[in-house]
Amino acid sequence: MGFDVLLKGNNMMRLLEGVGVALKISLISVVISIVLGVVIGVLLALKRPVITAVFRAYLEIVRIMPQMVLLFIVYFGTTKALGLNLSAEAASIIVFSFWGTAEMADLVRGALAGIPVIQYEGSVSLGMNTFQTYRYVIVPQIIRRMIPLSINLITRMIKTTSLVMMIGIVEVLKVGQQIIEANRKSSPDAAFGVFATVFLLYFLACWPISMLSKYLEKKWEN
Amino acid sequence: MDEILQVKGITKRFDDIVVFENLNLTVKKGEVVVIVGPSGCGKSTFLRCLNALEDIQEGEITLDGESINRNKKDISRIREKIGMVFQSYDLFPHLTILQNITLAPVKVKKRPKAEAEKEALELLERVGLLSKKDNYPRQLSGGQKQRVAIVRALIMHPEILLFDEVTAALDPEMVKEVLDVVLSLAKEGRTMIIVTHEMQFARAAADRMIFIDGGRIVEEGKPKDFFENPKTERLQKFLQTFTYDDEK
Ligand SMILES: Nc1ncnc2c1ncn2[C@@H]1O[C@H](COP(=O)(O)OP(=O)(O)OP(=O)(O)O)[C@@H](O)[C@H]1O
Ligand SMILES: [Mg+2]
Repeated sequence: MGFDVLLKGNNMMRLLEGVGVALKISLISVVISIVLGVVIGVLLALKRPVITAVFRAYLEIVRIMPQMVLLFIVYFGTTKALGLNLSAEAASIIVFSFWGTAEMADLVRGALAGIPVIQYEGSVSLGMNTFQTYRYVIVPQIIRRMIPLSINLITRMIKTTSLVMMIGIVEVLKVGQQIIEANRKSSPDAAFGVFATVFLLYFLACWPISMLSKYLEKKWEN
Repeated sequence: MDEILQVKGITKRFDDIVVFENLNLTVKKGEVVVIVGPSGCGKSTFLRCLNALEDIQEGEITLDGESINRNKKDISRIREKIGMVFQSYDLFPHLTILQNITLAPVKVKKRPKAEAEKEALELLERVGLLSKKDNYPRQLSGGQKQRVAIVRALIMHPEILLFDEVTAALDPEMVKEVLDVVLSLAKEGRTMIIVTHEMQFARAAADRMIFIDGGRIVEEGKPKDFFENPKTERLQKFLQTFTYDDEK
């Protein structure tokens, strides 16, 4: 069934290392996403048409593109197009931050937009100044709205990173690239074959875990 | 000089829509002014101008001789003297009833917390909501929320109270419990401007009635004359919309 692979050589160690790398990547990405997301979310609350339109497009791209595709684009794209030699880790951090920032900004925007105007007006009508209004009335409400949503996003990010890492994206991508490079002359179609295989591997690894996480989500709901 | 509030020739426009033009009003200390008028005539906008929640394009509003202006640095200090209760509920959902009431006196007026709480509890008792002090707004009915909103305004010891259709969003059976509180405030000599569609209440509470229509004060007077002998045809028509008779 393929489980014996885990017992071969130091495969188990490599898998665990992968998880460690995954956690590191998700933590860095989460921090970047929160910082950039809050900044962009506040900018979005200003409701400037251009900012909003650009962000909408950005969010759509992030939501439509599977993270894996983004990873391939960043990892191989930068090497090919820009001649940069990006590590798989750096590529992952870029992709996950790109994704997390969009989602986080949308959460912040939503939380800000969800505070009714009457909350500001009720507060200033009591003689509170702008700072006091934000400090005691608006921000506490935003934080209360944001916490559950952000935790949900962060767990999703960690889950997704681990999925990618657990099947050893570093190895898979590296090996994949090496195969493509090595066979450029003899077999120009290698890229297709390699990507198809990688896709299949991802699917086989992700699908059961995604089922499990869905099941757990349901179970923890109550 | 017992005139507290002076509104001198104010004009309010939203872009090119004129809500009212050259409006004048003087309110004396202890006077209860009730404003009525058709929906959309600008009653809420007028009250919001008094509190500088809206800016005005022309004219001047003064409270105790101090000009009320949205762009003034010390507008918060003037707003302290103006208590406002809105039609839609505006209690702070993340704070308990007691915290809702004591927030402004403690943070704005810098009163000791214990003292503010003591007064808050007395006021809550007065409106029959002492038992709700540790509840959150979502656990209260609409009528209870509005009574808390009134207490929250009262604890700032405002010089004038503005009520904007405070019962319009309530179920009918809760209207009275709120209006009773407003009426008792009117009777104890507070200065108030009340916007309402409740004509019986208006008549009981008002020292002076004002009818606004088409961006102007069309008619004003003592409640008795206002309701029994309306002089203008427009007020007669308006008052008729609140009466029911059998003749078809
Ligand atoms: N922010 C705004 N921008 C543009 N127009 C506005 C704005 N606020 C109010 N208006 C307009 O100003 C007019 C007066 O509105 P206002 O809410 O003051 O009426 P009102 O007398 O309080 O009505 P109601 O009895 O329904 O509460 C209306 O025609 C309304 O559409
Ligand atoms: Mg109104």
